[in-house]
Amino acid sequence: MVQALERSTPERSTPERTAPGWTAGDAESERAPQRSLVESIHDTLRDEMRADERIVVLGEDVGRRGGVFRVTAGLFEEFGEARVLDTPLAESGIIGTAIGMALNGLRPVAEIQFLDFIHPAMDQLMNEAARIRYRSNNDFSCPLVVRVPFGGGVHGALYHSQSIEAVFVHTPGLKVVAPATPADAKGLLRAAIRDEDPVLFLEHKKLYRSIKGPVPEGPHDVPLGLARVVQEGTDATVVAYGAMTHEATKAAATVAAETGASIEVVDLRSLKPLDEETVVASARKTGKVLVVAEANRPCSVASEVAALIAEEAFAYLDAPVMRVAAPDVPATPYSPPLEHAFMIDAEKIAAALRRLVAY
Amino acid sequence: MASSVSGTRLDNATALGWYRQIVMIRLFEEAAQRAFRQGKIGGYLHVYSGQEAVATGFLDAFRDGDKMLTAYRDHAHALILSDDPNAVMAELFGRGTGLVKGKGGSMHLFDAAHGMLGGYGIVGGHIPLGVGIAYALRYQQTDGIVHVYLGDGAIHNAAFHEAANLAGLWGREGLNPTLFILENNQYGMGTSVERATAMTDLGAKFDSYGIEHEKVDGMDLEAVLECAHRVTQRVRETGKPYAVEAMTYRLVPHGAGDFLERYRSKDEVRQWRERDPIGLVERKLLEAGVVDEQRLGEIRDEAKRIVDEAVRFADESPEPPLSELHTDVYADTAG
Ligand SMILES: Cc1ncc(C[n+]2csc(CCOP(=O)(O)OP(=O)(O)O)c2C)c(N)n1
Ligand SMILES: [Mg+2]
Repeated sequence: MVQALERSTPERSTPERTAPGWTAGDAESERAPQRSLVESIHDTLRDEMRADERIVVLGEDVGRRGGVFRVTAGLFEEFGEARVLDTPLAESGIIGTAIGMALNGLRPVAEIQFLDFIHPAMDQLMNEAARIRYRSNNDFSCPLVVRVPFGGGVHGALYHSQSIEAVFVHTPGLKVVAPATPADAKGLLRAAIRDEDPVLFLEHKKLYRSIKGPVPEGPHDVPLGLARVVQEGTDATVVAYGAMTHEATKAAATVAAETGASIEVVDLRSLKPLDEETVVASARKTGKVLVVAEANRPCSVASEVAALIAEEAFAYLDAPVMRVAAPDVPATPYSPPLEHAFMIDAEKIAAALRRLVAY
Repeated sequence: MASSVSGTRLDNATALGWYRQIVMIRLFEEAAQRAFRQGKIGGYLHVYSGQEAVATGFLDAFRDGDKMLTAYRDHAHALILSDDPNAVMAELFGRGTGLVKGKGGSMHLFDAAHGMLGGYGIVGGHIPLGVGIAYALRYQQTDGIVHVYLGDGAIHNAAFHEAANLAGLWGREGLNPTLFILENNQYGMGTSVERATAMTDLGAKFDSYGIEHEKVDGMDLEAVLECAHRVTQRVRETGKPYAVEAMTYRLVPHGAGDFLERYRSKDEVRQWRERDPIGLVERKLLEAGVVDEQRLGEIRDEAKRIVDEAVRFADESPEPPLSELHTDVYADTAG
């Protein structure tokens, strides 16, 4: 047993937890129009394109068909084929040429239809986009956004369900975000487009139409690298992102009602850069942390967050850090009961949370 | 179900076997679409309606020991090779009695025992695999060949170009009996061939890799059968790859959940409907005096019974046990 360290680490100041100009639940949010995730991304992309001629959109069926999830609907009609490019089925070509456009002054927003199809483009993303600044004396930057639907729970089976975000988080030079709310989708997409480096923008396909939320009108920015505290609590923390944010919030409500525990929920929003301050501060405050990821467990974002807490908040912990993540099997099975067994949901999170609270 | 019919003509009674098959495939697909609408099949479902003559014709020349790979529009290929509509439908329903125990679903059928080495949801991903299998078959001194089906969309993916080049290269030494069957149904999702490439003669892309090729009318079963038997023999004998561009058409939307078809006109679909492969077969059989309308109707009823039974079987089949989640991961976790 490692001897308990003295709690000597100085308290860090709690970072600004919500994006400037926007606090969930305030008067402004009450007035803001309700949008689905898909609407919010669509509207934001359209507004950004209206404001900045450097932005071009490219991908499979993003133009005339408006995208398989209709995120880019109407853009082709409004901006024309020079700015909304339907490409052949060629992921490596899509990302590779988008990198080239970015290197020469454009602001490409490329779409890969499903995260499962990004593999042919990994080489371009990981070997070229991620490293270009480092290898060019900072002469080149790659302001590229790759928008990709990800995640399971829609009976997509092997090739339409994957959550392989950790691979990109593991790649220095890339940034990775995964908004859980329509408002964050707006703020993060604006930030991603304005960022000078390549950003993977992950859109949970199950959330596209299943959630609605207030989206502030006008400029609304969520800086990359800032987590959101969904609800404050003092007894335990659940850290999640993407669709799992909503499952975690439900689980927290269930367990709070059962046990009277006060549970904090943190939505990472940005997987890289990771908001270490918010995560560590929450861990130090509650002393009990459960990290949730929809992805396979080994080397997942949940693993990274757990390691961070072990390093930075060990002395404050009252229980081992727990992870809830998908089993280490190669695919989300198609059969609905098997898929359900594979997927993480509020019930599974609540089961872990009960153990954590009782620890 | 490599047929026992000899010859490739639709002018004799044995040709009714093909008719039964092609009709069965269509009815199967329609039943699957219905089940999708009823929520019994979830996720994604891509049916083959309109293209039946291609798989029916080419797989007629499939022999024991041959291998077949295709993309995700794979029901027909599995139906023909596995000859087990119940297991195919059960897979679409995600049941434990399905071809892959419900783990795969519509796009990921697999039946190794019958040479059906998979439907693949990553477009283009299967093409190099097919070329490698073809190499192995020659290395092992068999006379098997590999059918690699791909779409007009898939041909623009890097995986195709790398694999075709290797096939051509290895084929020079007679070490690559790959038969590429390019199912040109004119669209990859909503993108027409013209909007996907500046060089729209897709078959000619094989020229770059030293692979000979031809075109066939993929709506005309008789033409496909003639082509299939001739070219499979050639690939078998030479060990060299060959490509056939089957000109065909998807008479249905890309996926069962798609309704909007902004990318093509109703008129265009109507025109192709007149060349529906099933109608063409019926006309030929009737003109040849092989059957009358009544007999055709009886055969359609037989096919319908097979499909109804498959749906009933699937519906009544049990879900796979939850333990299946963890099987088949590594050699020592085989289910
Ligand atoms: C690598 C990859 N990219 C994109 C997709 C999405 N997608 C599925 S089908 C399809 C079009 C394929 O067209 P084609 O090869 O012509 O086959 P068809 O649908 O006409 O049978 C696309 C883009 C995919 N499944 N895999
Ligand atoms: Mg096609």
